[in-house]
Amino acid sequence: MIEQVAEPLQQASCAKVVLELEVNNHPGVMSHICNLFARRAFNVEGILCMPMSNPEKSRIWLLVFDDQRLEQMVLQLEKLIDVLSVRRHGADHEVFERLERFFH
Amino acid sequence: MLQMTGAELVVRLLERQGIRTIAGLPGGAILPIYDALSGSDGIHHVLARHEQGAGFMAQGMARVSGRPEVCFASSGPGATNLVTAIADAMLDSIPMVAITGQVPLSMVGTDAFQEVDIYGITVPITKHNFLVRSAQELLEVIPEAFRLAMSGRPGPVLVDIPKDVQNQTLSFEAYPEPAVATPCPALDHAAIEAAARMINEAQRPVLYLGGGVIHSGAAQQAVTLAEQAGLPTTMTLMGLGAMPVDHPLSIGMLGMHAARYTNYVLEEADLLVVIGARFDDRAIGKAAEFCPRANIIHVDVDPSELHKIKTAHVAINGDVEAVLEALIPQVKVQLRPEWLAEVGRLRAAHPVQWASEEDPRSHYGLIRAVAAALDDEAVITTDVGQHQMWVAQAYPFRRPRQWLTSGGLGTMGFGMPTAIGAALAAPERTVVCFSGDGSLMMNIQELATLAEEGLNVKIVLMNNNSLGLVFQQQSLFYGKRTFASKYRGAPDFLKIAEGFGIAGVDLDASDDPRATLAEALARPGPCLIHASIDRNEFVYPMVPPGAANTEMIGG
Repeated sequence: MIEQVAEPLQQASCAKVVLELEVNNHPGVMSHICNLFARRAFNVEGILCMPMSNPEKSRIWLLVFDDQRLEQMVLQLEKLIDVLSVRRHGADHEVFERLERFFH
Repeated sequence: MLQMTGAELVVRLLERQGIRTIAGLPGGAILPIYDALSGSDGIHHVLARHEQGAGFMAQGMARVSGRPEVCFASSGPGATNLVTAIADAMLDSIPMVAITGQVPLSMVGTDAFQEVDIYGITVPITKHNFLVRSAQELLEVIPEAFRLAMSGRPGPVLVDIPKDVQNQTLSFEAYPEPAVATPCPALDHAAIEAAARMINEAQRPVLYLGGGVIHSGAAQQAVTLAEQAGLPTTMTLMGLGAMPVDHPLSIGMLGMHAARYTNYVLEEADLLVVIGARFDDRAIGKAAEFCPRANIIHVDVDPSELHKIKTAHVAINGDVEAVLEALIPQVKVQLRPEWLAEVGRLRAAHPVQWASEEDPRSHYGLIRAVAAALDDEAVITTDVGQHQMWVAQAYPFRRPRQWLTSGGLGTMGFGMPTAIGAALAAPERTVVCFSGDGSLMMNIQELATLAEEGLNVKIVLMNNNSLGLVFQQQSLFYGKRTFASKYRGAPDFLKIAEGFGIAGVDLDASDDPRATLAEALARPGPCLIHASIDRNEFVYPMVPPGAANTEMIGG
């Protein structure tokens, strides 16, 4: 109908957050999660996914900026059927720190 | 031990789920399911002429019945043609299960003939979707698809089934139970108590009802709350019908094309009680300036809607009906004579003009004449554009599920196939589809389906030979440079209808258009009712894009 007129997106702060997701392990889960961030123009800085000891589940680690929209992103993540839980950690969580050496 | 193919299992599970009508269009990759469907006594298949039509027929059935309905399409272009109807269901929270055929599993990912990644394509426009990898999986996936479509906030679910999975034979002990909706979250009694206190203490409260009230079946409770607490009540486009528009407490639809006084009443409110609505930009205008003086109570079944656009002072996650049932006993009976007198003063100062429109050849007059010829049992669908807004403004909606419109996605081409779906679900009702010439041409092929099914659908075509709302915006906001919005050719819609085997009447040529209209509406079976509308009639009032709701033009 009419073009949307809205305030420009606010600049993301520099602070980062690590999200820990427990998900069902089947093809397509990553696609649901990445799509959610992409279509809401929310950048994912780092992503890591491995099956858990129970191979029917996977754990996904996401490194994201602590933007004011993060709360909404977490609510949207929790709505995904294959996402079983979402936990928030500080940016100092060791999972990404210990991977640094593979990237630098 | 039961033994059958995946295709037969799909059909049996749909029968057991209570599905009686399926709209669809076959193609190579879904032929095993169609073969199994041909042996079903319980399911009537409606052959659409385009998959988008089938998708909207399923939506029409679901919007009338409130339960998930089904559409079928083949792989590739069949599946992509469903996409618009699925996205439309997503934005309006309509329960639907779309089943698509897919190329055999061994060929998935090879760019095979008519292969498209419909699973990937529909990730952002479904509540959830499945690519089925074995016939055994169908025992879980089909009931789960229905459970997801109908639980919590309803929505569309897609199930993509490769052809070899359809042909695979499986053995199993017993059918799974048909799906039922998952119970909604437990009630937050502290929040409900806080909400009741706020309603009891407010001086100028307004009740704001959205489509969630319709979906939850809570219209009666919403009206009770309004009457008990003396709340002037506004409805969103999706919420129309929740309260009869001629109820003394109704202040009509809010937002971009609201009556002036409705937006002014909201401006004065000190409390907004928002039930099953999501603060859509067409409803609230510039979010920061919407109801500047009001505290907000927000009730929604979807927790991600709470605080999304407007921060609520009390946010309640739960089923609207259950929350209202718990809230009503805690709300004091109040008459609010001063506030209601103020509402009445605003209404009198900014009178609604369409109500007095008497000429059935004018846009509002035609809508009022249709309403006068029908009772509240009729179902009204629309396409998208000026006619949609005029109907939303001027038609006297008085019951839930009387009004089916594409609110969130705003899909032209929605109206006629949705009307067919509505008539399939409620054959005893008269179904009227208000359409425009631009919209009608987007799914005009479904006239063939309508003729074949012989349903009681009346299409009221408001023909201004243009894309009216585009023409309006160009006229108002683009220096009258009306480009690409006026058609140069003018199809003869009555001849088109005749060609499809549909009766037609032309109100332009009638000496007594009101009588001609009433006769056409009363005659059983499909009919196209044609009326020319002046292109220079605009939808007013109008809140300019990005402006606050109080900055209305016209009206």
